[in-house]
Amino acid sequence: MSSAAFVIIAIFTLAAALAAATLRKLMHAALSFAVALVGLAALFFLLGAEFVGLALVFIYIGAVAVLIVFTILLTRRDVGKDRGFNWAGVLIALAVFCGLTWSILKTQSLSIVAPHIRALTVKRIGEALMTGYVWPLQCVGLLLTAALIGALILVMEEKR
Amino acid sequence: MSKSIDQVFVNAKQWLLSWLAGSPGWVIQLASILINIFMLLAVFLTLFALISVLERKILARMQNRYGPNRVGPFGLFQPIADGIKMLIKEDIVPARADKIVHFLAPVLIAAVAILTLGVIPYGRNMTPFTIDGGILFFFAVGSATELAVFMAGWASNNKFSMLGAMRAIAQMFSYELPLIITVLPAVMVVGSLMPDRIVSAQAGYTFGLVPRWFVFTPWGGVAFILFFVSGLVESNRTPFDVPEGESEIVAGHMTEYSGFKYATFFMAEYIGMFAVSGLAATLFLGGWHAPVRVLEIVPSYVWFFLKLSGLLLVYIWIRGTLPRTRIDQMMNFAWKFMLPMAFTCVIAAAVWHYAGRGLRGWLWSLVVIVIVYSALSILLDTRRKFAPRVYRFAE
Amino acid sequence: MTPTLQAFVVVSAALFSIGLVAALSRRHAIFILIGIELMLAAANLNFIAFWRFAPQPHQPTGVMFAIFSIAISAAEAAVGLAMVIAVYRHYHTTNVDQLDQLKG
Repeated sequence: MSSAAFVIIAIFTLAAALAAATLRKLMHAALSFAVALVGLAALFFLLGAEFVGLALVFIYIGAVAVLIVFTILLTRRDVGKDRGFNWAGVLIALAVFCGLTWSILKTQSLSIVAPHIRALTVKRIGEALMTGYVWPLQCVGLLLTAALIGALILVMEEKR
Repeated sequence: MSKSIDQVFVNAKQWLLSWLAGSPGWVIQLASILINIFMLLAVFLTLFALISVLERKILARMQNRYGPNRVGPFGLFQPIADGIKMLIKEDIVPARADKIVHFLAPVLIAAVAILTLGVIPYGRNMTPFTIDGGILFFFAVGSATELAVFMAGWASNNKFSMLGAMRAIAQMFSYELPLIITVLPAVMVVGSLMPDRIVSAQAGYTFGLVPRWFVFTPWGGVAFILFFVSGLVESNRTPFDVPEGESEIVAGHMTEYSGFKYATFFMAEYIGMFAVSGLAATLFLGGWHAPVRVLEIVPSYVWFFLKLSGLLLVYIWIRGTLPRTRIDQMMNFAWKFMLPMAFTCVIAAAVWHYAGRGLRGWLWSLVVIVIVYSALSILLDTRRKFAPRVYRFAE
Repeated sequence: MTPTLQAFVVVSAALFSIGLVAALSRRHAIFILIGIELMLAAANLNFIAFWRFAPQPHQPTGVMFAIFSIAISAAEAAVGLAMVIAVYRHYHTTNVDQLDQLKG
């Protein structure tokens, strides 16, 4: 884990996230969101959680980002009307950031370096998922099914 | 002797790297990666040039024509002529287009297509990038293709582009599910997401005769066919070229692209096709293993590329044979037939595993597949649903 | 020199705040959704970072949390975007400021 890689990836991720939050054009914002998530996946790789990074790219770029751009397309009449920008929100977010950073920097126990670990293989994750986490896994399956049905019912054409 | 020929590329790389002996570790690592990338690009861009001309020639033969035969011997230099033509064409960007996204779309689609090639084992010890979740990497990166297609369609600010992109996304989304689920049985049986492990699990021969490729088990055979059809859709090839159907919506998402950007799209499509075929060969056709024990003296990479070219030939053959499908038929086919069959493959693989991976398992998994297949064909009422359309008003 | 846990947590805090900006100040429903997704992503970064820096060896708990939270945020995005489309059909707008009546 090198410092230079961390700094580059962190700046890249935060810049893309900032673009996603502030760009005027919705489509550009959605694409920057995708870029920010690629950066986040790179951070996960840096932390040794390859599987989660790949899953993040797979789910967010392959599904969520495409869903977002598709929704933008389906609600297209509105694009370009997004003029309102609430500066109070920025102030609140800035306050939150300052508070969080202050408390993080004050906490001494956080300034540690990473210990050496056994590489987290996909096999180990799979074993953990199938033994200790089997009930949460089933619950997530149920939740995803419910979300699928719910989303379908929400967007179904209403019969008149 | 045969072993040294088999490992000639690996040894050549080691020899090149030995020049750097003594330099810090990261330099050697970087050089190794660069050599891999260079080789990958060299091989697959050559293959792309070759296949693009061969496809035209084979298609021409199927239609009783000659095909390109003017440039060079047998028209083999046609790709070079095409490349020059594409390079010197004017690069037109529509005035109302979103310039940045319009530029980024072909870059992204080509980058994604080339990245997916990186995890496929091309021969013994010849995987460019060995990572633990190789298969997941393939699909994670490959899923960005949809975003790139969408970017192309949206940025062009053209209704044909937009229509093409929407069709492409609808179709890619629907067929990505069977594509991924048909990979599951192979991953399940091997117990690893690493392409290398999947290939080495298919080594050996049953009765010393039939290779232990997954395609020779009932679940593997069905999964292979489903995977191949889904791959056909993912690479937007005939008969599933609805997103860019020339006679309907000009060229779909590529309508507003010209010159080299268009060539990039074209190249990405072919490289995506190579990647999917390569993965199909890796997962189901035993990767670089020889089909007969006697022929194991032939280097492993030769076998891999033979299998790859065999699959590509089938792609071209299908393109020359079948007409374009209707989009509603395609969607029905994906959700009502492909997806249930893909899940059946998973179950059949489990049955095969628990019945002892022998002849008994073979028969039981065949029974599972046959039952589901006949149930589906009765339930879906295929004879009525897939019948020729009756035109009530056009006559 | 390798980055400490502090650096990762600060990045995560910054990502969270950027998500908060998107969720609080933008008026378009999709921006709000993007903001929420960014905040969830920041939480995931925290899970992974704390897992990586914890004394080893142990169960990959943080990784499990991150996997489940990614799955849940995918479900959330699907339902959220479906709601955006449903709302758009009713009101012909996605500006959340204009969605201020209970009458359908």
